[in-house]
Amino acid sequence: MVDACDIVVVGAGPAGLAAAEAAASHGKRVVLIDSQPRAGGQVWRHDALHGQPRVAMDAIRAAAGNANVTYLEGTQVVAVEPERLLLQDARRGFHLAYGALVLATGARELLLPFPGWTLPGVTGAGGLQALAKQGWPLRGKRVLIAGSGPLLFAAAATAQRHGAHVVGIHEQAGASAVHRFAAGLWRWPGKLAQAARLRLELARVPYRTGSIVTTAEGDHGVSGAHVRGGQGDERIECDLLAVGYGLLPQVELAQLLGCALEPEGAHARVQVGPWQATSQPRVFAAGEACGIGGIDCARVEGHIAGLAAAGAAVPRALVQRRDRARAFAASLRQHFALRDDVRGLANDDTTICRCEDVSLGAVRTHTDAREAKLATRCGMGACQGRICGGALAELGHGPRGGMRPPLFPTRLATLGEPVLSSVSDTRGYTP
Amino acid sequence: MKMSTVRLTINGLRVHVPAGISVATAIALVGQPFRHSVTGEPRAPLCGMGVCFECRVRIDGVAQQRACQRVVNPGMRVETDG
Ligand SMILES: Cc1cc2nc3c(=O)[nH]c(=O)nc-3n(C[C@H](O)[C@H](O)[C@H](O)COP(=O)(O)OP(=O)(O)OC[C@H]3O[C@@H](n4cnc5c(N)ncnc54)[C@H](O)[C@@H]3O)c2cc1C
Ligand code: FES
Repeated sequence: MVDACDIVVVGAGPAGLAAAEAAASHGKRVVLIDSQPRAGGQVWRHDALHGQPRVAMDAIRAAAGNANVTYLEGTQVVAVEPERLLLQDARRGFHLAYGALVLATGARELLLPFPGWTLPGVTGAGGLQALAKQGWPLRGKRVLIAGSGPLLFAAAATAQRHGAHVVGIHEQAGASAVHRFAAGLWRWPGKLAQAARLRLELARVPYRTGSIVTTAEGDHGVSGAHVRGGQGDERIECDLLAVGYGLLPQVELAQLLGCALEPEGAHARVQVGPWQATSQPRVFAAGEACGIGGIDCARVEGHIAGLAAAGAAVPRALVQRRDRARAFAASLRQHFALRDDVRGLANDDTTICRCEDVSLGAVRTHTDAREAKLATRCGMGACQGRICGGALAELGHGPRGGMRPPLFPTRLATLGEPVLSSVSDTRGYTP
Repeated sequence: MKMSTVRLTINGLRVHVPAGISVATAIALVGQPFRHSVTGEPRAPLCGMGVCFECRVRIDGVAQQRACQRVVNPGMRVETDG
């Protein structure tokens, strides 16, 4: 069992895999960690039915198969101390000391509350895609997909490949914004080709712009949704409703390490320099954690971060590729900006904190997330504010308070008392 | 091609499910309920990626396991509190 190495890479998505490969190719001993049972991150998630794309298998082999890389799957970082991490897998907790750290923790979906969103059968859009790949029973199911951004297409295609009947894709952005985005795609030919492929695959699925799911209905599970759009209000029957409003960076680990963050809309991303260095010495970050940028961006940033963490020179061409990929991200953000009405769907009775069943009405009287949390227990549950925190920030209730250790609910056997106290004593969190 | 299967128990029921799927999926396949919220509402997986904890179950006696993050294993005992 390893207890020390030169470089720890957290996250085995496109960014982390590229980082591990780059650092290992410079002779560094690398430990690559991911909490998922298999490598690939979000976009390359292993599909129980269809496996993984070639490019994903190659990237995984190049990193996890490298003699200098130890890959720990099903393992998550739950706390940090100076120069070492506290890790936990299904069996135990253990420490790992490192010389340098690459954070490639990716993104999660922005899930906004609306009446009925807690019904079984209502998922995120990427959430549905992830569940489909895990083998979720979709054959013959009517699936309605809504929210915003290109992930809706990817989710619809995956659901369809798993036998679902996709009854519609409802994009909140207006037609002109979506057309302007599509018209600019020629600047990124790879993206254009991908978009064209998906559109063809989904040719029979109705795509509506300027259309928002306002309510989910059903008794024990979802059976239909109300949709508001250009054609007025309509009710659409469905067995599953997948709604995601784009992505937000997962910055909790960076926050715990004291890395400076910067705003990304109402949310936060890890601030990095040209070589992916964070504000903390020997801590680097790459991929969606540094701002939503997509897979190409994640791969090139991972490559740069791996080289920089290994102390190797970073070729200029890589930096140029990164900047180009980031420009795509900016275009996405601009064209799929959320309209105000998606922030107004929840009413006072709508649950906002799903862990503690706190309604929006109970939270609304408080001006910031921290105050609301203390008064209502909103954000104190098992997800530690990952879902309601993002939603509240988007709804204008201020950014989430600082992350406190541990990062995930942790078994007591993993958390020896000294670990917790030394973490909070030495790091000075902004709570 | 014959798909290999895994035998496990979910809420005391002995079930056969395809190998390689997640515990969350196995629960859905056999039609067992997921958790109930603190006020008693039925819930089910939301994020599919380990952040929302709506899929949490007890696996082999260990509570708070995210069913979407675990692949089914022969002999696993899963309880959903549903
Ligand atoms: C649900 C979902 C579905 C998506 N589907 C697509 C798609 O189909 N096509 C597409 O182009 N893009 C998709 N994306 C966008 C995706 O974010 C990027 O394309 C790409 O996966 C980003 O790569 P990354 O390496 O930055 O992060 P990710 O691929 O997200 O990888 C980050 C990894 O870090 C791990 N991790 C995070 N925190 C910890 C911790 N504390 N301990 C251990 N491990 C940790 C996670 O388990 C994850 O595997 C999806 C995003 C989401 C959230
Ligand atoms: S479905 Fe969200 S954690 Fe499993």
